[in-house]
Amino acid sequence: MTAAAPLGRRRSLPAWALGLAGLAALMAVVEIAPRAGLVNERFLPPFSRMISSLADQAGTSGFWGALLETLRGWALGLAIAMAAGVALGLVIGAVPLLRSATAGAIEFLRPIPSVALIPLAVLLYGTQMRATLLLVVYASFWQVLVQVLYGVRDVDPVARETARSYRFRPLTRVRTVLWPTALPYVMTGFRLGAAVALILEITGELVIGSPGLGRQIAVAQTSGAVAAMYALVIVVGVMGVAVNTAARATERRVLRWHPSVRGEVPA
Amino acid sequence: MLWRVVLPLVLPVVLVAAWWAATADSTDFFWPPLSDILGTFPDTWFSGRFTADVLPSLVRLGAGYLLALVLGVGLGVAIGSSRPLRALLEPVLEFFRAIPAPVLVPILMLFAGIGNGMKVLVIISGCLWPVLLNTVEGVRGLDEVLRDTARCYRMRRGSRLVHLVLRGASPQIAAGARQALSIGIILMVISEMFAASNGVGFTIIQFQRSFSIPQMWSGIILLGLIGIALSAAFQAVESWALRWYTGLRRSQREGQR
Repeated sequence: MTAAAPLGRRRSLPAWALGLAGLAALMAVVEIAPRAGLVNERFLPPFSRMISSLADQAGTSGFWGALLETLRGWALGLAIAMAAGVALGLVIGAVPLLRSATAGAIEFLRPIPSVALIPLAVLLYGTQMRATLLLVVYASFWQVLVQVLYGVRDVDPVARETARSYRFRPLTRVRTVLWPTALPYVMTGFRLGAAVALILEITGELVIGSPGLGRQIAVAQTSGAVAAMYALVIVVGVMGVAVNTAARATERRVLRWHPSVRGEVPA
Repeated sequence: MLWRVVLPLVLPVVLVAAWWAATADSTDFFWPPLSDILGTFPDTWFSGRFTADVLPSLVRLGAGYLLALVLGVGLGVAIGSSRPLRALLEPVLEFFRAIPAPVLVPILMLFAGIGNGMKVLVIISGCLWPVLLNTVEGVRGLDEVLRDTARCYRMRRGSRLVHLVLRGASPQIAAGARQALSIGIILMVISEMFAASNGVGFTIIQFQRSFSIPQMWSGIILLGLIGIALSAAFQAVESWALRWYTGLRRSQREGQR
C-alpha cells in the first residue's frame, strides 16, 4: 500500500467529509422514506418534523428543566460511584489478603444486572430522583471498581519494593506508587462509568418515571407525540456522544504525562 | 489448587451471611428476612412460572442475542474491510451506539407492537452496536503481514474470511459479545417491564405493584443468578473459542521475559 495504489485512484475525500456525508445521508433517508410512503408516517415522521418539534420544545422551560435533571442525576451518580469505587479499590489494593479474596469474587458478583434493582428502588424511593440515582451508582460503581482493581494489580513489583525499602509511609506509598500506576485504569473506569451512568439515568427515568429526559420520552410516547419522542431520542443520542467525547478528552488531559497518551502524538 | 477455587467464593458467602444476619429478625416491611425470601423462592419460581415466565424470557434473549451477533459480525466485517465505508458510517454508528438502548423500546413498540417480535427487536437493536463496532475495530487491526501473506498465497475469499479475518478479529469480537450480553439481559428485563403478559421482568413488576415483597426479592435474586449463570456460560464458550489466543499471549509474554 505504498506508492502504487494512490496513483491509479482518484484522490479520496478526507475522512471527516465522508463522515458528514454519512450523517447527511441518514437524515435524507429519514426525511424521504416516510414522505415517499415507504414507512408509515405515524411510526417514523420525516426528519424535518422531528427537528421542528425539537425547536418547539427548546422554547419550553420543561425541556430545559428535564435536561438539567438528567445531567444532574448523571453527574451526581457518577461522582458517588467514582469516589466509592476509587476509595474501595485502593483499600483493597493496599491489603494483599483482601486483594486475593476479591480477585475472583468481583467477577462473580458483577454480572448481577442493574435493572434487577428497579423494583427495589421504586419501593424505597417512589418516583423521586433518588430511585434512579441508586441504579446509576450501582451500575457505574462496578465499572470503576473493576478498573481500579486492575490498576492496583498492575503496580511494578520493583517500585513497590523500593518504596518499602525506603520506608515510605502508607499514605505516601499510595500517593507515589499506587495512584500513578492506577490512574490510567481509573480514567478508563471513568470513561466506561460515564457512559453506563447516562444509560442507567435515562433508563431509570423512562421506566421508573423520575424527572428527566427519559420521563419526557415516556410522556411523549403515551400521548402519541411521535415526532416529539423522536426529537427527544435524538437529544439523548447527542448527549451520549457528548459524554463519550468529553470523557475521552478528560482522560487524555489527565493522562497527558503518561506514555500511552504521549506516544499517540505523531512525532 | 483447591484454595484457588474456594477463595473467590469466600467474599460472596460472607456477603450473603451478612445479609442473612442483618435481616434475621427484621420486621421492616421492605427488608424481609433472607430466610423468608429463600423460603418463597421455590414456590414462586418453580411451580409453573419457570416454563411460563422464565423460559420465554430466556428464549427471547437467546434469539435476539444470536441474531445480533450474526448481524454485527457480518456488517462489521463488511464495514471494517472497506476504508471509505468506514469513514462514511463511523459518525452514524457512534451516534446509534450513544443512544441508550432502552429508549428504543417506545420507538420499536410503534413498529412491532408489544409482542415477542418487539422484544427480540429491542434486544437486537441494543446488542448490535458493541458487536458491530468491536468487529470493525478487530478487522481494522488485523496484522498487515498476515493479510499480505494470505494474499501472496492466493487464499480464496472464503478461507481468507474464516482463517484470517474472523479468526484475527475474534478476540475483539468476543469483547464486544461480552458487552452485548449484559446489555441484552438489561433489555430483556426492560422490554418486559414496559409491556408484556409474561416474562421475568413483568412478573417482578407485578410483585412490586402488589407489594409481595419477599416474592419481589426472590425475583431480584433470580435475575442475579441468571446474570451470573449466563456470564459463566459465556466465559466457558469464550475460553474454548479463544484458546489459541490465550495460549499465544502467554507464550509471547513468557518469551519477552
